[in-house]
Amino acid sequence: MQQVAEAAPQTTRRRFYLTFIYGLWGAISAALAAPAFIYLFLPPKMRRESDWVEAGDVSKLQLKNPVEMVFRKNAVDGWKVSSEQQTAWVVKLSDQQIVAFGPQCTHLGCAYHWEERSSEFLCPCHSSVFSVDGKVVSGPAPRPLDRYDTKIENGKLLLGALRESRSLKS
Amino acid sequence: MRWKERALVWLDHRTGLETAVRNFLYEQIPASSSWHQVFGSVALFLFLVQAFTGALLAFNYAPTPGDAYNSLRYIMAEVTGGRLMRGLHHWGASMMIVVVVLHMTQVFLYGAYKKPREATWIAGVFLLLLTLAYGLTGYLLPWDNRAYWGTVVTTRIAAQAPLIGPYLARLLGSQGDVGVVTFARFYGLHVLLLPPATALLIVLHVYLVRKHGVAPAPGDEARLPKKFFPEQAFRDTVAIFIAFVILFVMAVVVRVPLEELADPTDTSYIPRPEWYFLFLFQTLKLFTGPLEMVGAVVLPTLAILTLVLVPFIDRGRMRKVTKRTFAAGVLCLAAIGWTGLTAAAVVTTPKPAVAEQIDFSQPTDWLQLSPVEMAGIGYFRQENCASCHTVGDGKPKIGPDLARITIHKSAAWMIQHFKRPSAMVPGSAMPPIALSGAQLNTLAAFLLKLNPRNAEALASAPEFAVGGALIYQKNQCGSCHMVNSVGMKVGPPLNGLKRRRTEDWVERHFQDPQALSPGSFMPAYKFTPTEMQKIVAYLFVLPE
Repeated sequence: MQQVAEAAPQTTRRRFYLTFIYGLWGAISAALAAPAFIYLFLPPKMRRESDWVEAGDVSKLQLKNPVEMVFRKNAVDGWKVSSEQQTAWVVKLSDQQIVAFGPQCTHLGCAYHWEERSSEFLCPCHSSVFSVDGKVVSGPAPRPLDRYDTKIENGKLLLGALRESRSLKS
Repeated sequence: MRWKERALVWLDHRTGLETAVRNFLYEQIPASSSWHQVFGSVALFLFLVQAFTGALLAFNYAPTPGDAYNSLRYIMAEVTGGRLMRGLHHWGASMMIVVVVLHMTQVFLYGAYKKPREATWIAGVFLLLLTLAYGLTGYLLPWDNRAYWGTVVTTRIAAQAPLIGPYLARLLGSQGDVGVVTFARFYGLHVLLLPPATALLIVLHVYLVRKHGVAPAPGDEARLPKKFFPEQAFRDTVAIFIAFVILFVMAVVVRVPLEELADPTDTSYIPRPEWYFLFLFQTLKLFTGPLEMVGAVVLPTLAILTLVLVPFIDRGRMRKVTKRTFAAGVLCLAAIGWTGLTAAAVVTTPKPAVAEQIDFSQPTDWLQLSPVEMAGIGYFRQENCASCHTVGDGKPKIGPDLARITIHKSAAWMIQHFKRPSAMVPGSAMPPIALSGAQLNTLAAFLLKLNPRNAEALASAPEFAVGGALIYQKNQCGSCHMVNSVGMKVGPPLNGLKRRRTEDWVERHFQDPQALSPGSFMPAYKFTPTEMQKIVAYLFVLPE
């Protein structure tokens, strides 16, 4: 009994020290890890890019005959804002509808082109084939071609943001 | 044995890890060990925090002049948590200096450097020099005016050193001017060379502490030694925690400066070093002409030598700290000298140029506004429009979002609406605005300029600039002068005034234009001192 009584203050003291050591180091680690996580994984505040860019004249477009249009756009990449040359495949699908596809294959990002003979978009990397309205015909591409937001003012095509197309599987 | 213990034993057999930790934690320390010996651990902890935050900053930092500034603005204004991260690194540097000096002060006061601990002390002095080297090289990396001009001065001083000066200048890439080469050298030193050097020296320093043991106080030989864990470990932890809380609060609360992009042609900039170098800066001023080298090179070298030689100068037996009056005296003199020099440097620093008050880590679109639009911000704030209206993003309030709605309205419509809100918008609960026609015009001009993209940037327009623009409008300066391409060309355009004139000149010119520019037909203006300060400050932040 006596021994236990002697040991008790020692053990409480030790427990007090240990609690503080673990507790405070836990707090410090959390206060460093949380900001680091936020810093690395949360997206940065977006700088809004210039909204609409003029891509070209669409009054002479022929029905279902895609044309590659080249335009300059302010691209924001991290801290760098640069004026970049971009392209879009523009197709007049009907008299009411003109669409602009992003120039990269949705499989692995290769540049695809229009095959006149077969009237299809063909990606040279892994032979993905897209129809004139951007749907996947064959090959490994997981989803249809991405599209730019479009609007037409005075016969000129204006392009907005490039939207990722939704996968057809889902 | 339970699985946990078995796992530990298995691990220990293969790596010796548990034994090592055990040896480390259960190190014997003198019975007198207590709170005064916590500073070394705190310094080590702060070094690790610097390494951690530094690496994270490097993930979003472009180490070339120009890009460096833009990427730092990006870190501070756009990256989530970026402002905090830079705050931790910036204030961590200052705190590191404070703690290292406290650590050395304690060792010095207690005479803990005495035989056989001379080498430990010398390694410590070199660690202090490395800490200062981080401060010096890191100072350039934001590449703003402060960084650029501070480094111009430091590299010039280094180049003055006898014999080695030209070689130092070549090594720092600064024979010509501070530019891309110097920047690359400083960055290389700061992130590639100094950290491993520090790590190695820390290992050596800690190894020596372990080899000789923590320095005992007289009387310890008669008392039983203690174990480091858990009592002293607890003290170290508490000290580290306090230091960390101070650092964290500073990083959150105190603004880390980011000034204008470095401008080698700026003749108005007054370079000042970081606070812990101010005493050196002031020492330099005491020596002029041919003696300049004494202050720049000789004295600092002597000081470092003296520090290194401390254990060989004071070779007496270990005495109680309360009996070490001479050491305490030396320390007091050093503290008084340091404080005096630093205070003198602070007092003699001229009032900073107005441009320094702008926080360039915030959006600065407001700099492009015309005085009319700028004054509109003034009326917007004066009339508390934001208490009922949102501007851009924010919680919806009673009134419409002004950043979205104004695009569709004309100025004439708005002015009618300001005078009698319900006449233009039936059922509107908005009270009429009691401002003159010209003032309402100003307010409308600002609102027309507002869109969701620039709303935040315009909200950050500082009060002094808005105040200055209000005075500018009230006195119709725009009927003769031009600001941001708006106004008349009778008088000279006012952008770039800070290049052409001093603030003092402009103030005197307001009071009596003809005295300074004969033939001018500008009327004299009687401004109150506050008005004068605001209008001059505003004119001096205008972009070129």
